[in-house]
Amino acid sequence: MGNVIEISNLNKSFGEIRAVRNLSFKVKEGEFFAFLGVNGAGKSTTINIICGMLRKDEGKVLINGMDPDAEPDKVRESIGVVFQNSVLDKDLTVLDNLKSRGALYGIYGKKFRKRLKELSTLLDFEDLLKRPVGKLSGGQRRRIDIARALIHRPEILILDEPTTGLDPQTRKLLWQVIDELRRTEGMTVFLTTHYMEEAADADYVVIIDSGSISAEGTPLDLKNRYTGDYITLYGSEEETVKSIGFPYSKIRDAYRISVPDTKSATELIIRNPEIFTDYEIIKGKMDDVFLMVTGKNLSGGEQK
Amino acid sequence: MNRLNALVIRNIKLYFKDKGMFFSSLITPIILLVLYGTFLRNVYYDSFTSALTAAGATVSDKLISGFVAGELVSSLLAVSCVTVAFCSNLIMVQDKITGARNDLMVAPLKKSTLAMSYYLATLFSTLLICFFAAAICFGYIAACGWYLSVDDVVAVIRDIVLLVLMGTAISSLVNYPLTTQGQASAVGTIVSAGYGFLCGAYMPISQFSKGIQKVMAFLPGTYGTSLLRNHTLRGTFAEMEAKDFPAQVIEAMKDSVDCNIYFFDKKVSLGAMNLVLFGTIVLALGIYIVINLISSRRRAAA
Repeated sequence: MGNVIEISNLNKSFGEIRAVRNLSFKVKEGEFFAFLGVNGAGKSTTINIICGMLRKDEGKVLINGMDPDAEPDKVRESIGVVFQNSVLDKDLTVLDNLKSRGALYGIYGKKFRKRLKELSTLLDFEDLLKRPVGKLSGGQRRRIDIARALIHRPEILILDEPTTGLDPQTRKLLWQVIDELRRTEGMTVFLTTHYMEEAADADYVVIIDSGSISAEGTPLDLKNRYTGDYITLYGSEEETVKSIGFPYSKIRDAYRISVPDTKSATELIIRNPEIFTDYEIIKGKMDDVFLMVTGKNLSGGEQK
Repeated sequence: MNRLNALVIRNIKLYFKDKGMFFSSLITPIILLVLYGTFLRNVYYDSFTSALTAAGATVSDKLISGFVAGELVSSLLAVSCVTVAFCSNLIMVQDKITGARNDLMVAPLKKSTLAMSYYLATLFSTLLICFFAAAICFGYIAACGWYLSVDDVVAVIRDIVLLVLMGTAISSLVNYPLTTQGQASAVGTIVSAGYGFLCGAYMPISQFSKGIQKVMAFLPGTYGTSLLRNHTLRGTFAEMEAKDFPAQVIEAMKDSVDCNIYFFDKKVSLGAMNLVLFGTIVLALGIYIVINLISSRRRAAA
């Protein structure tokens, strides 16, 4: 697989504020890439530079081998963006919105009708075409936002906190659609999110803080590197758990024992088979990774 | 071209479907109609009747009614051409506020195409409304007293086109730097409330103090109103001449309703008024194009 996004030593400042500092990463074709950071970390600046909406100060940015500063139109044709908030025209119908946006990519007439049919079937909004976008529910509107981003068959889909404020059912539906798109069209997905469990499914994760990379790797790498494992032990007395010698906490009907890694957990269980009769080993969560890496908690759309 | 067409259609649809924006653009014409309906019509009717009677002229009710109707129509059209353009052109600000502009610019779209789409959509929407208003106005004049020739009607239509072109160009310039709802509302309110006075629609400029008249002589809208007034009232003045009204009385009436505009005591001809409007359009449009070009280059260099 080749790289569809290549960023090296990217720098961008706004006056005295250095929004992005020596940022370097690559996104492979067809990859599900998660780009994490608190508000103001430099995510949006990076996305705007990738889309050719903002010029970089220094560094190299290549999208499908093209420099967004030199060939902004070609780069924009290969990118679809789902913004954090719906930015479609609320007073216009779904059809009018998609028609006007499609025309910006030279898609109109028969070509538009064909693409509309495909998207409305894929995202299940055939019955919404005549309704104004402003009258749709949050989930329906999100589906139309995705349709707009896909209208020109982009190779890279940028999702900028796409599920913030959506109910769990709609979030699940959206991820089903995005998974299907990745499977059927081999699309590269570039995600920024505040929901760490969404990033846990990514192929590769980059965490940025104050404009530079704090950590990167697959979710498994990151969990192994920055968090320990937990053993949840059921049916034991506190005295027994205390005797094991590892830090623990009491949860509703069990004890959660913190261990450095899976190897230590295995050794502990083998040493104490009489204690570990009913248990489960759980890896650290992406929330823990984020907290360890940045010292900041990022959960459910709020920085805490 | 298809990109531009699609954007122009989008902008026009947005304007007519945004009821708040649509009705707020009609506030000034509605205020004017209310003013005329409640007392201005009677004030003008009585003052002209008494002035003409005092001058020893006998005047028919139809002629005076046609005269007052012509004044109302010229005022109404003069404000509509500009205030509707301002409010319609606020779509360029709304797009910044809602984030739609980012969505448009993430497509392979040139900034100049987007800027042109706002101008053309505003031009089309405003012309549509003003031509519709003009049709109703001509019907009203016909009901009160028709003294217009075909040339007058054509001249009024040409005046509307010129004023709409001017209103669109100026509003493009004024709205260009606005980025927030507060700024947009402020501009909309100031233009809606103030332009009627500034162009002499609510009250003839001749009634203001000399100092204010001199300041107003520098505003292009003054000449737009005067052009419309000249063309909607030409027939009634011709009828007065035909009925041997004293020339001095007619000139005095022309002065009082701003058919005659003076730039530091020098009477401005109709040709000069046309030139002022045309020059303003060219200047405002030129500046709009230049600031868009500068902005594009700055962005490219940013």
